[in-house]
Amino acid sequence: MPVRPTAALSALLTAALAATALTACGSGSGTSPNTLKVSYKQSTDNSVKVMDTYLAGIKKEFEKKYPGKKVEFVPVKAPDSEYYTKVQQMLRSPRTAPDLVYEDTFLINSDITSGYLKPLDPYLAKWPDWGQFIDTAKAAARGQDGKTYGVPDGTDTRGLWFDKRVFRKAGLPLNWQPKNWDDVLAAARTIKQKVPGVTPLNVYTGKQAGERATMQGFEMLLYGTGDGTSDPLYDTTTKKWITAGQGFTDALKFVETVYKEKLGPDVSDALDPNFATTVMGELLPQSKIGIDLDGSWLPQTWLPGSGHEWPDWSQQLGLAYMPTQHGQAPGKVSMSGGWTWAVPAKAGHPDLAFDFIKTMQTEANAKKWYIADSGISVRKDVAADPSYATAQPGIKFFTDLVATTHYRPAYPAYPKVSTAIQEAMESVTTGDASAEKAVGTYDSALKDVTGGQVVQK
Amino acid sequence: MRHHRPRITRALPLSPAVVLLLLFLAGPIAYCVYIAFTDLQLTGQAHASFVGFANFRHAFQDAEFRNAVWLTLVFTVLSSLIGQNTLGLALAALMKRASKPVRTLTGGVVITAWVLPEVVAGFLLYAFFRREGTLNALLEWLHLPRQNWLFTLPVLAVSFANVWRGTAFSMLVYSAALDEIPSEITEAAEVDGAGGWRRMWHITLPMIRRSIGTNLMLNTLQTLSVFGLIWVMTRGGPGNKSQTLPLFMYEQAFQNSMIGYATAVALLLLLVGSLFSVVYLRLLRTEV
Repeated sequence: MPVRPTAALSALLTAALAATALTACGSGSGTSPNTLKVSYKQSTDNSVKVMDTYLAGIKKEFEKKYPGKKVEFVPVKAPDSEYYTKVQQMLRSPRTAPDLVYEDTFLINSDITSGYLKPLDPYLAKWPDWGQFIDTAKAAARGQDGKTYGVPDGTDTRGLWFDKRVFRKAGLPLNWQPKNWDDVLAAARTIKQKVPGVTPLNVYTGKQAGERATMQGFEMLLYGTGDGTSDPLYDTTTKKWITAGQGFTDALKFVETVYKEKLGPDVSDALDPNFATTVMGELLPQSKIGIDLDGSWLPQTWLPGSGHEWPDWSQQLGLAYMPTQHGQAPGKVSMSGGWTWAVPAKAGHPDLAFDFIKTMQTEANAKKWYIADSGISVRKDVAADPSYATAQPGIKFFTDLVATTHYRPAYPAYPKVSTAIQEAMESVTTGDASAEKAVGTYDSALKDVTGGQVVQK
Repeated sequence: MRHHRPRITRALPLSPAVVLLLLFLAGPIAYCVYIAFTDLQLTGQAHASFVGFANFRHAFQDAEFRNAVWLTLVFTVLSSLIGQNTLGLALAALMKRASKPVRTLTGGVVITAWVLPEVVAGFLLYAFFRREGTLNALLEWLHLPRQNWLFTLPVLAVSFANVWRGTAFSMLVYSAALDEIPSEITEAAEVDGAGGWRRMWHITLPMIRRSIGTNLMLNTLQTLSVFGLIWVMTRGGPGNKSQTLPLFMYEQAFQNSMIGYATAVALLLLLVGSLFSVVYLRLLRTEV
């Protein structure tokens, strides 16, 4: 019987659609009990293969150590914010949950609250290497219930990068180390006066810069106010968010001063969503910024093959830690984030997953990872190893900051609190509001996004 | 009965399609409607619960939502109703009279803008409007003041981008419509002494009203959902000054994790879209 072409076409289409539907329902389930599925964040830059190469090596070692077991990678190729979303969707269902997942400390507490992750305490208790991890890093992966949900594989710290070429022209010392905020502003004012055409001081600000503005910008200031030990954003005893106090206002005033006195970048540049790329790729190498408040990872941008190679950056840039407001103890401030390996609550093979973590975190493998990734070690043994400390200029400086660094209160409401901070920063940056007025707006936004869980201090 | 049987058998081959449509089109929509009435979050919450109209109430009290609605309307009216639609018609009318090489060249340029992926178009226009961009270079050459357009006039810049990208569609629709007008009518009018504008107003426009309606509807719906273009150019900024509803939704869903709230906003956007559609459909019905 001859088949009419249209009928054949619709039959084919139906079959294809049905097949897609069926496979969509079936994928993920029924993997072998001996296969470990590991999800990680793959770089969106095809030339960057650090993580892929490292994990391939671990897989080989793991499969040799545990005969009969197989490791299957489920890479997610996406920028940070999309990676979180994708992972959260995967973690919702046992059909799609991997056995091991790479989690940013920024969101780990949210995912813990959602019940996506498994507490690792029983495993950690029997793992001698856990004693090598520093306490602040352990705390970053601890839930509000006191249990630990992830093994950190590094961190980052932040400080002041300054351009020695600019400093020389401005007559400032090349071993510069400000003792308080006024010293930082004074240096910026000198640059503005003596080296025209250069942005004296870059502080990331505004909503378009996102978490970069909150963490490299505002929190580097805020955590340097007060007594330097207690968290100025979140009160752990009452489990409530702290409304803006004097420190908060002072930090905003610093941002206000930077932009009002035109010590910072042009406001329209600062609020450009791609500004950070310009800073790292163009402005710093071209000696157009005097001082940049930024993270430990900057040298990654200048590696061979990056498109803006800058092999001798360490001769031209100096490093200074960010001082506290009045130089009060401990004298310096840093903020830290970083990533952890976590086991999903719906993972099929949690025991095997932890064995994989142990393989990644032998001292030798951990060191290999830190050096390849130019990360900052959270392990005491690796940090003390001279071959790690000398792998790249700046590593020692940023690793020493770990002792006094702060982790964000990355509880579920944090991303929204962070947005409120960015909006407050932005309004003082553009001059739309004074610091005092922006504080009022922040307080009401904070109440709104935390469901009223706020406390005044 | 005898008449019904063949009809059922004839409807039978359609049933897989209907089932699939229900499953993959109606299903997700129904699920969305359900989610919009819950406080579902992507993360940070153990269980979602039913909250009734709370998301919708929250939206109307939310200054950022009202801002996004206003900007969406401005963006749609500027870039779709006025920009794409008028420019598309003008181009189609001009090209009808132009010589073949001119027609090919213009058509080629306009359509290239249209077939470019949204993100690529976004980057091109970002490069055009940014402080060190092409537009400012031109202005400097003309001794006119330069400025950072994406900062000073973000809505205008993204509207222009949407006009630049989307005009080709209107141009094609109107070219087809103009070709349908019998030449005798235009010639008769010309003989009667009607000038260009009069012919346009009294003959061309009434005759292509149907196409105008269709074109307006499709353009509007497309413009309402523009995301990539604005995201690449301004990311909704500075502040929220170019944050249209799709960008607002994205921020609520994937940055603030509030899936329930974002879905409610999506439904409201759907409502705005259908309001526009109803207006255009009415226009179509009465004009024909």
